[in-house]
Amino acid sequence: MIVEYIIDAFVIILVLLGLFFLFTATVGLLRFPDFYCKLQATGKGDTLGAILILLGVILYNLHDFSLNNFLVCLKILFIIIFIFHANPVATHAITKAGLDADVKPLTKEDIRK
Amino acid sequence: MRREIVTFLILFLLWLIFSGMFDAFHLALGVVSCLIVTLISGDLIFQNERFTMNHIKEGIRFIKYLPWLIYQIILANIHVAYLVLHPKMPIEPIIIAYKAKLKRDISKVVFSQSIILTPGTITMDIVDDTFIVHCISKKVADDLFTGEMEQRIADVFERENTKRSL
Repeated sequence: MIVEYIIDAFVIILVLLGLFFLFTATVGLLRFPDFYCKLQATGKGDTLGAILILLGVILYNLHDFSLNNFLVCLKILFIIIFIFHANPVATHAITKAGLDADVKPLTKEDIRK
Repeated sequence: MRREIVTFLILFLLWLIFSGMFDAFHLALGVVSCLIVTLISGDLIFQNERFTMNHIKEGIRFIKYLPWLIYQIILANIHVAYLVLHPKMPIEPIIIAYKAKLKRDISKVVFSQSIILTPGTITMDIVDDTFIVHCISKKVADDLFTGEMEQRIADVFERENTKRSL
């Protein structure tokens, strides 16, 4: 019994941390001044946030251990690997498109004004 | 031939995980479809004709590199969260050119992905050896210029490959 409570506590901590990082990513998307900085915030706050939430789901899924639940955990692990790989590639593609289209990046002086 | 066998084994393992049914009918379906996929596109996963021990060693070293990368990601995410939630938002965007010593394509790819995953830096372009990196503050640029990440990736992928061509 007590083990289940400990697992639950870990699940709650992981999901809350993930939500926090997703929240900062969204706030960054709204607050940062230019195209590249906005991408900075979303491109990777998302990665860590989603991974933490999925880890929480994996832990929650291990409550009653059976082969089927274990397979579900493996599938979620594949989602994590996919996010880990696809997110930076997408971020780089969008940034490079912006660079090719001559989107001017802001510098320190522009922000001071 | 060996790479086709390895490809088939990987595909069949994936089939087992994704289907989750272990009766004869579904296993036979899996074997047939994995064979078809291997026959059509068995040369996609492993580019090299020969499958050597070096690949496995590289894989193990890469897995050893991952915990350090995740640690860096968490540290840098906290830094970006601080920047975002700070009332004055003390960002100083700057674009730098970073000249790397990495030779092989795979290590360049892993390096640029690692740069993007550690928040605050985005690889915008790679021109030969030069990485054009957008940094959001002075601190993350300094972190990059210590060269620790590049050194670790060189350890993983370029230890005994100086003689092998790209």
